[in-house]
Amino acid sequence: MSRPMADSHRRFLQTMMSNGIISASQAEALHKHCCEAHGAHYVADRLDDFINVINAHLQPLFMYIRKGMSEENGLEYYALVNMTETDITRMATDYADNELELFRKTMDLIVDSESGSASSTDILNCADSLRTKKLKKKETEQVLNKFVQDKWLNEKDGEYTLSVRCVLEMEQYMRTIYQDLIKVCHVCHNIALQSQMCENPTCGIKMHLPCVAKYFRARSDPHCPSCNDFWPHEIPEMQRFQSQSSQNLPSSSKENTAPAPSRRSRRS
Amino acid sequence: MSQRKKAVSASQNKTQRRSQLLLNESDEDATFSQITSSQVQRARENFTSDQIDRKVAEVVQFILIKDQKKIPIRRADIGKHVIKDYKHIYTDIINRVCRTFEQVFGLKLVETDPKNHIYILINKLEPIHGEPVSMRPENPKKGLLFVILSVIFMKGGVIKENLVWNTLKKLRVDPGEKHDEFGDVKKVVTDEFVRQKYLEYVKIPHTEPVEYEFRWGLRAEKEVSKLKILEFVGELFEQDPQSWTQQFREASTAGTSSQRTS
Repeated sequence: MSRPMADSHRRFLQTMMSNGIISASQAEALHKHCCEAHGAHYVADRLDDFINVINAHLQPLFMYIRKGMSEENGLEYYALVNMTETDITRMATDYADNELELFRKTMDLIVDSESGSASSTDILNCADSLRTKKLKKKETEQVLNKFVQDKWLNEKDGEYTLSVRCVLEMEQYMRTIYQDLIKVCHVCHNIALQSQMCENPTCGIKMHLPCVAKYFRARSDPHCPSCNDFWPHEIPEMQRFQSQSSQNLPSSSKENTAPAPSRRSRRS
Repeated sequence: MSQRKKAVSASQNKTQRRSQLLLNESDEDATFSQITSSQVQRARENFTSDQIDRKVAEVVQFILIKDQKKIPIRRADIGKHVIKDYKHIYTDIINRVCRTFEQVFGLKLVETDPKNHIYILINKLEPIHGEPVSMRPENPKKGLLFVILSVIFMKGGVIKENLVWNTLKKLRVDPGEKHDEFGDVKKVVTDEFVRQKYLEYVKIPHTEPVEYEFRWGLRAEKEVSKLKILEFVGELFEQDPQSWTQQFREASTAGTSSQRTS
C-alpha cells in the first residue's frame, strides 16, 4: 500500500497544476517550501521519493508527474502529464480546430526535419493549406505566439522547436502517430528531435545535443558508440548545458517555465 | 425524494421562460432525481469496479479542466459528457470524486447552487506566503481582490460599488483607465472575480440610474480567513485587530474550512 498523502504533497501538486511544468531546481525549492509550510519532515535529496508518493495516488487518475530532459538546455524538468491522451486533446479546450490542425502540421514538419525544428516560413505555408479553415499570416503569427506562451513550442530566430513540456506530455501520442519516423536518443533513450545523427547509412543512430556533449566530453577523436565510424559533427560544449539559469546563455534557446498568464476561455 | 421533485418541477416552470438549450439541460438534470434505489442496485452490479474506477477518473479530469477556467460545473454537463450510462450510480461516483479531490489534491467540491446543481472546486489548503515567487501566477490580482474583500468586510458585508472604485483610485488603480498590471480593472473586478465566485456584484433594486453593490462571493467565504483580513487591516492602520470589536467577533466565529490541519 502506498504512503498516504499529506498537505505538503497536496500543495506541491497544486503548484504543479497551476504551472504545468517546472525546472528541477524550482522543484527542489518547492519541495523544501511545501515540507516546511506544513511541518513535514524534509530531507534534501529525496525529491523523487516525495514525488513518487504523489504519483502513486495520481496513477488511478491516469495522471503523473514526469521527469525529463530538455533538448534545448540539457536541464531536467518535472511536468504533470495526462496518461489518457492518445491525441493532442490536451490542447483541445484551448484552441480552435484549425489552430490544432496547424499544431499537428508544425509537429509533422519538426519530426520530419534533420534539425528538429520548423521555420516560420514553412509553418506559414502550411497555414495556407489547412483543411479546416485557413489562417492568415497575422493570425498564424498570433497562434504561434500563443503556442509559445502556453509552453508547447519554443522559438529562436524564427525557428520553432517542441518544448520539453510538449515532448513530455505528448510522447505517447507521437510514438503512436509517427512510429518509425521518430528515433530515440542512443544515450538516454528518449525521443530525439534536436539531435545529431551518425552518417553511416547502416547505422543512423541519433543523440540529443546535450547527450552528445556529455558523451563526448573531453574526447578529441569522437566515434559513433554503435558502429564506431568517426563522428563527423561539431561536439557542443558542456558549459552550454550546465548553467543553472539558461537565461545567461544567448546561444541556446530558452525553455519557458514562467507561469502562464491567465487566459479568458475562448468558449465563454 | 418528493421535496426534490417539487423543486425540480418548480425549476422546470421557470425554464419554460428561458431558452430551449437551458430547458434541455434542466430536463437532463431532472432525470437524476427520478432514479430509484433498485435501479442503483442493478447499476452497481452491472459495471465492474475497473469500469467504475475509470469513470471516477474521467469525472475528476472533467472537473479539473472546467475549474482551470473557473467555470462552475453543472451536474447536467457531468451527466451528459462523462457519466452517460453510469447515471444510476452517479451518487457513488460523485462521492468517490469528492474523496479523491480532498485526499489527493487538497480541494473541496462544493455545491454552490443546490437547486440547479452547480459545483465549484475550492482550495482546502490555506494560502501561504514565501512560496517561490516565480510560481504564483495570480499574485497581483489576489492582492487586488484582498483589498476589495477587506473593504467589504470592514463595512459590514455589503457596500455600494462606488466605495470600491474610490478605494482603488486612492491606490492608483483607476477602473476607468487601462492598468499596467491588471488591464481592464473594471472587467477584472466585476466579471472575472464574480465569475470565479470571489465577489458578488448585484443590482440594487429600484435605483435609477442602476447602481450595484458588492458582497463576498461563495468562494471567498470558503477560502479566505476573515481573521487574516482583520490582521491585514490592523497592520495597515497600525491598530490591534481586536479594536474593531464587531468585525473581530464575526471573524472569530467565522472559522473557515480551510483552517483544518492535514
